[in-house]
Amino acid sequence: MPKDNTIQTILVIGSGPIVIGQAAEFDYAGTQACLALKEEGYKVILVNNNPATIMTDDMNADAVYFEPLTVDVLEKIIAKEKPDGLLATLGGQTGLNLAYQLDDAGVLEKYNVKLLGTPIDSIKKGEDRELFRELMFEIDEPVPDSTIVHTLEEAQAFADKIGFPIIVRPAYTLGGTGGGIAETMETFKELVRGGLQESPITQCLIERSIAGYKEVEYEVMRDGNNTCITICNMENIDPVGIHTGDSIVVAPSQTLSDDEFQMLRAASIKIISALGIIGGCNIQFALDPNSKQYYLIEVNPRVSRSSALASKATGYPIARIAAKLAIGYHLSELINPVTKSTYSSFEPALDYVAVKFPRWPFDKFTTAHRKLGTQMKATGEVMALHRSFEGGVQKAIDSLELKTNGLQLLSLKDKTVPELWEKLAEKSDERIFVIFEMLRKGVTVEEIHKATIIDYFFLQSFASLIEKENEITAKTIDLVTKEELQLYKEKGFSDRYLASVWKVSEIEVRAHRKSLGITAVYKTVDTCAAEFESHTNYHYSTYFGENEQKKTDKKKVLMIGSGPIRIGQGIEFDYCSVHGVYALQDENVETIMINNNPETVSTDFATADRLYFEPLTLEYVLNVIEAEDIEDVIVQFGGQTAINLAKGLEDYGINLLGTSFDTLDQLEDRDRFYQLLQKLEIPHVPGSMANSAEQLIECAEAIGFPVLLRPSYVIGGQGMEIIRSKKSLLNRIENGTALVFPVLIDSYIPGKEAEIDLIADGNEIYIPIIAEHVEKAGVHSGDSMALLPAQSLSEDIKNKMTIFAQKLVVELGYKGLMNIQFVIEGNDVYVLEVNPRASRTIPIISKITNVSLVQIATKILLGKYSLSNVFEKTGLMEEIPYSVVKYPVFSTFALSGLDSKVGPEMKSTGEGIAIGKTMTEALTKVFHAQKAKHTSGVYQSESVQLSEELLVLINEAGLTLTDSDFDKWLNEGNAAVVLAYGTTEEDKKLRLLAAKYRLLAFTEEETFKAYLQSLENADPGVTALQEWIVTYSKGVSHV
Amino acid sequence: MKNYLHLENGSVFEGELLTKSIKKAITGEIVFFTGMTGYQEVLTDPSYKDQIVIFTYPLIGNYGINENDFESKKPHVAGVIVYEGNMSHSHYQAKYSIAEYLDKWNIPLLSHVDTRAVVKNIRQEGSMQAAITAETAFTFESSLNDLEAHVAAVSTKEIESFGKGSKHVVMMDFGYKKSILNSLLEQGCRVSVVPFDTKFEHIKDLNPDGILLSNGPGDPKQLEYLLENIKKIITNFPTMGICLGHQLTALAFGGNTKKMLFGHRGANQPVVDLKTKKVYMSSQNHSYEVDEPSLQGTSLQVRFRNVNDSTVEGLMHKDLPIFTTQYHPEANPGPIESSLLFNDFLQMINEYSGREKAYA
Repeated sequence: MPKDNTIQTILVIGSGPIVIGQAAEFDYAGTQACLALKEEGYKVILVNNNPATIMTDDMNADAVYFEPLTVDVLEKIIAKEKPDGLLATLGGQTGLNLAYQLDDAGVLEKYNVKLLGTPIDSIKKGEDRELFRELMFEIDEPVPDSTIVHTLEEAQAFADKIGFPIIVRPAYTLGGTGGGIAETMETFKELVRGGLQESPITQCLIERSIAGYKEVEYEVMRDGNNTCITICNMENIDPVGIHTGDSIVVAPSQTLSDDEFQMLRAASIKIISALGIIGGCNIQFALDPNSKQYYLIEVNPRVSRSSALASKATGYPIARIAAKLAIGYHLSELINPVTKSTYSSFEPALDYVAVKFPRWPFDKFTTAHRKLGTQMKATGEVMALHRSFEGGVQKAIDSLELKTNGLQLLSLKDKTVPELWEKLAEKSDERIFVIFEMLRKGVTVEEIHKATIIDYFFLQSFASLIEKENEITAKTIDLVTKEELQLYKEKGFSDRYLASVWKVSEIEVRAHRKSLGITAVYKTVDTCAAEFESHTNYHYSTYFGENEQKKTDKKKVLMIGSGPIRIGQGIEFDYCSVHGVYALQDENVETIMINNNPETVSTDFATADRLYFEPLTLEYVLNVIEAEDIEDVIVQFGGQTAINLAKGLEDYGINLLGTSFDTLDQLEDRDRFYQLLQKLEIPHVPGSMANSAEQLIECAEAIGFPVLLRPSYVIGGQGMEIIRSKKSLLNRIENGTALVFPVLIDSYIPGKEAEIDLIADGNEIYIPIIAEHVEKAGVHSGDSMALLPAQSLSEDIKNKMTIFAQKLVVELGYKGLMNIQFVIEGNDVYVLEVNPRASRTIPIISKITNVSLVQIATKILLGKYSLSNVFEKTGLMEEIPYSVVKYPVFSTFALSGLDSKVGPEMKSTGEGIAIGKTMTEALTKVFHAQKAKHTSGVYQSESVQLSEELLVLINEAGLTLTDSDFDKWLNEGNAAVVLAYGTTEEDKKLRLLAAKYRLLAFTEEETFKAYLQSLENADPGVTALQEWIVTYSKGVSHV
Repeated sequence: MKNYLHLENGSVFEGELLTKSIKKAITGEIVFFTGMTGYQEVLTDPSYKDQIVIFTYPLIGNYGINENDFESKKPHVAGVIVYEGNMSHSHYQAKYSIAEYLDKWNIPLLSHVDTRAVVKNIRQEGSMQAAITAETAFTFESSLNDLEAHVAAVSTKEIESFGKGSKHVVMMDFGYKKSILNSLLEQGCRVSVVPFDTKFEHIKDLNPDGILLSNGPGDPKQLEYLLENIKKIITNFPTMGICLGHQLTALAFGGNTKKMLFGHRGANQPVVDLKTKKVYMSSQNHSYEVDEPSLQGTSLQVRFRNVNDSTVEGLMHKDLPIFTTQYHPEANPGPIESSLLFNDFLQMINEYSGREKAYA
């Protein structure tokens, strides 16, 4: 059937700020969907308040609304834009829940909006456990013994009947929030209580645990003519019991016979048909490892993290095709975009193995509970493609950027076998490394299987890798034969690992293997195992066989991506990489992307001219550079990951566009940085570097407390701490985690913090806007609420900031993007740090000022332009005539044990944006979703002192303040806000409770004040980005 | 042990032999299978008789070989080419590793071959001969046509009976897969498997309610001398034809068949049912196709078509209760959604039983 011509305007709901369980995959899906709809000639209206996304670029939608994702706001947008269609299955759980709520509230009917794709009844059947179970009984598909409960008493009765272990799954929650497996009545009651609270419909499914079964997922698609296809299946290496988002996953399944594969495939098709889904759907099964018995675990009637992974693992663009199906097309009418010669109604055949490995935030959040279960905890993931499973695992681990050497997690190296057994029992994020370490120390595969139920296939593969490690250890670089080295490379052992074992440099290993003729070759992801010719340049490397990649003799530039999403390095760097690609394409330069994050737009094979799905380590990056004959590399847009590669690349003779390693080093090495600032007469916070604990104490006393400690070369403020007295410093040295010297030590000035992002051409600078932080210096910029333009800085201070920036750029001859953070105390402006790369705020500033900073910077890096060619005016720009707030979003709900107190170390997983005519209106939008709960109770911890002025404001805002019994206050049902600023145990406990019960917790007084300000405006309007920017003339003369 | 895969176009690929050493070169037509599971079914499918099969999925043998998923009593392939075939297999049903199993039947398993590169040769140049040898050089002495397997080599020698159902289906055995038999038994049929050249009169004596023309190896025209007999059989009883059975039906009614460039093999071939426009994934394994223009003027019409290359994937007779599929509704390996066609077959049988005059 051709597309639906009865609709002209389609509303697309995005997934909002990034939280655990809902990350960049929805930017990838949303971008694909918006483009798919636009190319069909529809007017696209997009609502998504995540500024760091590609999908919210004005070129992807005719109107982009950075507005709160709530029913009342969506109704306003619908009334204004009058869409006749709504696409809600590409915006994650957020989009789906909103569609459900809009329907429930009668909004869709009132404005005559047709829900496109999967009908609302199907969504309900997929999401509502009771309806779903009824349907499964009807079509005779097995679900485990279970019951739906709405009260704790019902739950207890069921548990008494069937016994433990029992799984608790709250209905309509994200990433399994609030769920878990209970072994005892006590934990069970706790889980049910929490789960009922998490569920927006106060409903939980409790079921007999089938932990230990194989967990297998199918990605299924269906069109309006009931043609159903499975894009791929995936097997979780971790058996049922660990959330699939936290499991190591391999595609296709490895341990299923064809009979089992087809049995579950047929069940998938039966289920998607019965549900009546139009578009994509993810179905999870549990399969008994010792029989053909299987159970359904769950169905996601929408595109998901798994579908993004499946798209990248197979080359089949699920979201794009799902959008086309939603507007009426049938699968057999759509061309397969990879082969361009076959149709979309087929099932991809893989001739490689795809391994997905989650990236967890526990390197940052050392106090959070690391035990994995039904609540997802990973912030991001990597994918590796290889011809062997072992090679895939190795590449995936190399892509994680953890402190590993080969397969060894360094922190486990010295653990004894009993300690490792203890660790294994914890079921933490480290468990695969624990298994490697146990195998290394002689524990048998059988013992590990018994403890983990991980299939022997995987364990034997791991054991074979450890055997190879032993072989390698017994060799030297001079003794290893060509055949042996060839085999090690095929099994994924990196040059870096081999070098460390053989006590030579990585470059020596590289040179030696090249002299033996062992070089990387590239295979193509073509959806069809080479059965048909394909024209897509989507490659992965292996060290065996024919090289399929054909280089061109065009001018080309390599763009280094930013790897997995983690705290401090999020989707904003993907935005930057993608815009860099757009700019290069605009200049007719061939773009080559290397990255390993399957969730992102940058790894869509349709983004860059050529895509290499590889670890971002020197070996793999150099391989691509050599295979493609690349001379120029851009490292400025890929976050710290790309910056970390700069030295190795430069040493190898590669040209880094705009950024020499020496420049980076001058800005990142504290000694050199301070020398530079002193030379330029730019004030900096007094500080120095300590090489030992003794020196640290000396320095701290010389500078004076409070002081800020941090390691050099960090992202997201990893390991940063404020130390307020000598006593706490001594305590920190003696009792805290080991400090890695050298440590930087600065005076801590609790002043105002502000930052700028600029474009430089070596001479001139362009500063679009200054951002002022709500919280005082000492709170990581990623966790601060930022006001744009700055609200309280004098002209004099802004001038100083501009002059300092100009001086730095001229002195360094710097080109490209730079981010500078300042502390302001009175009339003094100190430079806090300079980041010689794109920063977190680049996307938001580009959007609100309508200047693509990355694209202009890229063209400057190419040497094509200077700023005066592009802009009429340089320096600091005029202020935008509207107000913008960038606010951090935390995933404390997913990370039990994580203290939400903001500080120098970053904790947020995402950010939101709000735009208003006034700052008050913008702030109102920030807190709008919480306000919709209509609660007004404020709980104040003992350590919080409120001024008279604040008390008046609280009273005026209609809030009621309490500091008595917390539980009583909570049970009264009016709980809204917890104020706990301190570092005491009590404050910490209050913050953890607030996270658990999803209350607003303010950990800095300034943020609370902003909240109070937000309450002044009752009814914010809705305005599209495109409407805001016409009110601001940006003065770009030529881009 | 190092061994070599020689292709007729002169390409040579070094590999590691995982089975015992071979004394003389193994030759055969090389065909590739793109399914990611189902190697055991492929090895034992008689349609692969004397062919060298190359698997595109790089790990073959993960779940071993079990006693349940054989498609016939023994493997029929001449040789097997994989990238990796010596992993530790793991499955509760597994009895042997793939190397152990093939070794038992003296079939070579050559591993560590760049299978993707081999497939690209076949894709670009079409079906060709290949040889597995211990030598770095090899000269092909026969032509590809000489290598065509004969149905006689795989067909049953005598009539075998299965099941106790009320409807009696006679399966003409050109090299049937066990799954076809199982599919019929699941429909509650009594099945007589008869030699491929059983005469009409003999079959009539068996008093069947329906006829199934099975799959089988090689060029359908090898059985040209039997077409008249086949036509007589299928115009007298409700008939379902699968793969070779489909091709023979076309030939019997005056259509033609031709060799394809490299055929269809795998578990993901999209087939559209022209009646419903619905697309199904199908399991396929064929080198020959029914030439569509040759159907003009015959009493056959196209019912199923391949979505990718528009080739004929199934036929129906305009008047008589006959339908055929080029693909494998019995699956194994591959998607099982087309198994519904066996329901259709039974329905057809039920509709026509006792209505002899339809055949007048």
